[in-house]
Amino acid sequence: MASTAIPRLTSPLPIRGATHTIHVTINDVPFEFAVEDRTLLVHFLRDALGMTGTHIGCDTTHCGACTVLLDDRPVKSCTVLAVQVDGRKVRTVEGLEVGGKLNPVQEGFAAEHGLQCGYCTPGMMMTSVALLAKNPNPSEDEIRHAISGNLCRCTGYMNIVKAIQHAAKASGGGK
Amino acid sequence: MTIHGGIGQSLARKEDARFIRGKGNYVDDIQLPGMLYIDFTRSPYAHAKITAIHPENALKVPGVLAVITGKDLDAAKLAWMPTLMSDTQMVLPIDTVKFQGQEVVAIVAENRYAAADGAAAMEIDYDPLPVVIDPFKALQPDSPLVRPDKPKKSNHIWHWEVGDKAGTDALLAKSDVVVHQDFYIPRLNVSSIETCGCVASFDAMGRLTMYMTTQAPHAIRTVFALVSGLPEQSIRVISPDIGGGFGGKVPVYPGYVVAIVAALKTGHPVKWVETRMNNLMSSSFARDYHITADIGATKDGKLTGLKVKTIADHGYADAAANPSKFPAGLFHIITGSYPFEKAFVEVDGVYTNKPPGGIAYRCSFRVTEAAYTIERLVDEVAHKIGMDPAELRLKNFIPPEAFPYHSALGWTYDSGNYAGALNLAMKMVDYPGLRREQAEKRKQGEFMGIGISSFTEIVGAGPSAQFDILGLKMFESCEIRIHPTGKVMARFGTKSQGQGHETTYAQILATELGLPAESISIEEGDTDTAPYGLGTYASRSTPTAGAAAVIAARKIRDKAQKIAAHLLEVSPEDLEWKDYKFQVKGVPEKSKTMADVAFAAYTNPAPGTEAGLEAVDYYDPPNMTFPFGSYICVVDIDKGTGQVHIRRFVAVDDCGTIINPMVVEGQIHGGLTMGLAPAMYEQITYDAGGNIHGSSFLDYLVPTAVEAPHWETGKTTTPSPHHPIGAKGVGESPTVGAPAAIVNAIVDALSPLGVTSIDIPVYPWKVWQILHDKGVA
Amino acid sequence: MTEVIPPEFEYHAPGTVDEAIGLLQSTPGDAKVLAGGQSLLPLMKLRLAGPKTLVDITRIPKLSYVTESADCLCLGATTRINDLNDSELIRTRYPLLADAGVHIADPLVRNMGTVGGNVCHGDPGNDLPACMLASGAKYVVRGPKGNRTIAAQDFYKDSYVTALDPSEILTEVQVPKAQPGDGGAYLKMHRKVGDFAIAAVAVQLRLDSHGTVTQAGIALTNVGPTAILAPQAAAYLVKKKPTDADLLAVGKLAAEAAQPSADMRGPVDFKRGIVQTLTQRAVKQAWERAGGKR
Repeated sequence: MASTAIPRLTSPLPIRGATHTIHVTINDVPFEFAVEDRTLLVHFLRDALGMTGTHIGCDTTHCGACTVLLDDRPVKSCTVLAVQVDGRKVRTVEGLEVGGKLNPVQEGFAAEHGLQCGYCTPGMMMTSVALLAKNPNPSEDEIRHAISGNLCRCTGYMNIVKAIQHAAKASGGGK
Repeated sequence: MTIHGGIGQSLARKEDARFIRGKGNYVDDIQLPGMLYIDFTRSPYAHAKITAIHPENALKVPGVLAVITGKDLDAAKLAWMPTLMSDTQMVLPIDTVKFQGQEVVAIVAENRYAAADGAAAMEIDYDPLPVVIDPFKALQPDSPLVRPDKPKKSNHIWHWEVGDKAGTDALLAKSDVVVHQDFYIPRLNVSSIETCGCVASFDAMGRLTMYMTTQAPHAIRTVFALVSGLPEQSIRVISPDIGGGFGGKVPVYPGYVVAIVAALKTGHPVKWVETRMNNLMSSSFARDYHITADIGATKDGKLTGLKVKTIADHGYADAAANPSKFPAGLFHIITGSYPFEKAFVEVDGVYTNKPPGGIAYRCSFRVTEAAYTIERLVDEVAHKIGMDPAELRLKNFIPPEAFPYHSALGWTYDSGNYAGALNLAMKMVDYPGLRREQAEKRKQGEFMGIGISSFTEIVGAGPSAQFDILGLKMFESCEIRIHPTGKVMARFGTKSQGQGHETTYAQILATELGLPAESISIEEGDTDTAPYGLGTYASRSTPTAGAAAVIAARKIRDKAQKIAAHLLEVSPEDLEWKDYKFQVKGVPEKSKTMADVAFAAYTNPAPGTEAGLEAVDYYDPPNMTFPFGSYICVVDIDKGTGQVHIRRFVAVDDCGTIINPMVVEGQIHGGLTMGLAPAMYEQITYDAGGNIHGSSFLDYLVPTAVEAPHWETGKTTTPSPHHPIGAKGVGESPTVGAPAAIVNAIVDALSPLGVTSIDIPVYPWKVWQILHDKGVA
Repeated sequence: MTEVIPPEFEYHAPGTVDEAIGLLQSTPGDAKVLAGGQSLLPLMKLRLAGPKTLVDITRIPKLSYVTESADCLCLGATTRINDLNDSELIRTRYPLLADAGVHIADPLVRNMGTVGGNVCHGDPGNDLPACMLASGAKYVVRGPKGNRTIAAQDFYKDSYVTALDPSEILTEVQVPKAQPGDGGAYLKMHRKVGDFAIAAVAVQLRLDSHGTVTQAGIALTNVGPTAILAPQAAAYLVKKKPTDADLLAVGKLAAEAAQPSADMRGPVDFKRGIVQTLTQRAVKQAWERAGGKR
């Protein structure tokens, strides 16, 4: 099922020098868009497409608030160029709920109070989705390592771990 | 009978629905038509004269529209602005920069890429000046002046003291045991994952809407009105979703003011969002306290007196958002959980060439510094006299029957049961078992430590007699309106940045109004609609806004009782509020619900009453509330590397009546992690030239899920006698209490080597150095 | 100071190595290879680097692989670190790389970062170079004049300076193929996950059937301008079945080989001390993994 993102025609991104047309599938919807060489993927998503669920939290590729799935792998979209995703698949937080049904990770976060201010949450959830796709039965230690590229200031990580365990159990895994 | 979503239930959070879908509305998510962006060129020098600004290359960058300098602002008398502590700070410098990273010139551009290019192309010539970094040196008569603009030609800002100096000196002089310790609590930055920012937008009639990361929208609106001359009703501050505040989003930053100026000048909305480095280098810091303390005791472990002197490094302006009468915040809670007969505290604020601020890190107005000091001192007394630290605490705690307790430094603690919390923590951790294990390990040359912190907190600012910020009294507000269909809209003067007010306030109202929480919507943050309040920080919301909610709800119940009486054709005195209904006394089946009353308020009002069903309360708290707790930390030290492994950490907290146990526990987890951080990971330092270390996440070490331990929590419940539902605040307790527990554990582990102190953050190299010097590593 | 937005550049994604080389030649000195981008892009966002041309080599087919040939473990240059870590071959037969791989940066960065990038970037904090030094690996590089092979020990000249010519691209890393009796370990101490090492030690050993060391390689991360070998420490182990006294001695020798600088991660003595401790532990672990039994 498609997401509800609509490509904007007027973009606050610079397009005067746009030399690359990229074709990228975002949340199962194909897009064709002109970008500049240096346009960061995170700005492309947020400013050009208005998909502001992916957040920016640092300058040095540490915080992971910008995490999206690139061909199903979690990456920091602030350190990926939009041109690098030409021909590839991106999933953002907006693409987790499909057909009105929340992803088990989203349900886990809500059920276990795995978020407070919500700012790190999209990135944290994308990493969690990828983790459970690869390891449906992660231990607490494996979970903590898997999310070690995502910083949270509010929760102290305890309930994030519980949220992921909740999602694992709901998906049939779960230790 | 319970009401769905009432007080005490772990209700799932209402706000989560948008956040888990990525549909939060944070400042940087806001896009307005024609919006411009600003970025700043910042000073590489800690102290320098600006000799020339060359904007030509910046203005040539495609997309750059304008440049704003301090001189431009000065023409409109906006180059300087007041701080929340009635000091002054620059918006942009006219001719001198005061700290490395200070905003110097603003670039206004069509998009953020052009703004960044413009800021990079800006050329500025500087003449470096002598730098003042060490506050002790700053107090020397020959020190360079940080603020030559001040009439008092000195780097000394203020002196503040409380207590009985002579009496304390005398008591310490005759005490059997006196322990002296010096503590430096390094500078920190709370670095919420969302940095600060705003979108400033004027409409065609000259009305300003300011979307802004602010924890105190109304106070900020008033400050803007006073500073800019814009009429206050022409200013609307909207604090949308905020990605963490912790105090860092209380001050007014230059970016906000410059965005407003740029919006006014260009006629376009203007967005400013700081980068992480900007945030670490220039937004409000916390701590930077140099403390020297003496604690006295009898030889059998009864604490006698406490004397503390602190040098407070405030950077180049005192911009801490403290209550105005307390430039050192609530530091004088430092007598903590113990009944000191005499105590004396003095604090001196000092200017240095660093960014301004002071209390932005979940610190309850300097309570982190106070609790760290007292809990470290108490442990060292225990070690010195050879008494178990738990036993010493239990021997000294203010007993429950002593409350309300008047401390030697002027506070009246509302309620406490310190032994209850410590005993529970000791039980959860099997304290005697741990001490036995430690004795065994010590025989084998292993370093295991147990640290306790039994803190008393002070939150809920604050009673009007003592508390104000820039003259604004620190009341809090709640306005409730019940619609005909029994649905509720309640607005508050506070502003959640993750604390869950949309849920917890609804729970309070659910219980007080007898309507399910799903029927109650909570709004905060829009100054056009929310009643005036002082905002959310220093764990004040539950003590103040929570109380206002209760009182406002009870005002509605009073009116509702009249309406119910009218509907039941009895007199109001014949009714009682029971099981969430207005029941005829003795005839419970004759009753009306609040929903019945709500409908009637609009369709069948009682004679002599107005239509509608609403109330507002501005709550002036009669006192602060005093949450407390006991934390126990167990560490094992790797002798080969100096690494400290936290094996267990048990936190028992008491915040009185708990509205939502799940939310409270989440606050504890988060706060503990922000207590771990300064104990072992985070610090911002400056070298003698004023160059910052810790300006990005490369070196500012925010803990990940791997560094954060598996926190264990427990609770006791000692209600506040003066709060309408007995609730106290809780969000900052764990940040206040945790560092001492961790450091006490580390020092305890190393104490067989004669160690009595260690500087925070406790990096492995510090532990290794001790082990190496003592021939162990 | 501005950050977060890189300066302007031209991006190219060639389809062959030779095309990539041609692009590097066309803007000599001002073109950079883009692989994972997890080191280069952060530098560009901070405006500490501003190449005018970026040559993305990750679209070149057949440059990402983890295989064994007759005599080497062959790693394609654009192999993502997580692909290295997920490789059953690495996990079962190359414990040194298996240890190191999960210590590089954080799990998200490892989905983009590549073996080639970690090997070539030249940051003394990168983890793979010490592993390559300890195992005696070789790098296959291709340039305008064709292919050449450079031994890892000849590759690292100074911080951010390697033996690569500006128009050369690393295409393959060749690690000596694992034999029975081989064992390795990588121990890294860091301030927090994701940080570069305070110090890290890579040990690769080969034992005979009696458990005696016949070959040894020990190399150190982030205690010098580049990753550095500790040849005397390695030589000490040869012909030995290490006792606790031997572990202490080899640790001391490794610490002496280190050239640490004092910085935010700690003072010089401390870093040497960490090298000593980690070497002792890594040698013991490598020896046990190689089949050594006391």
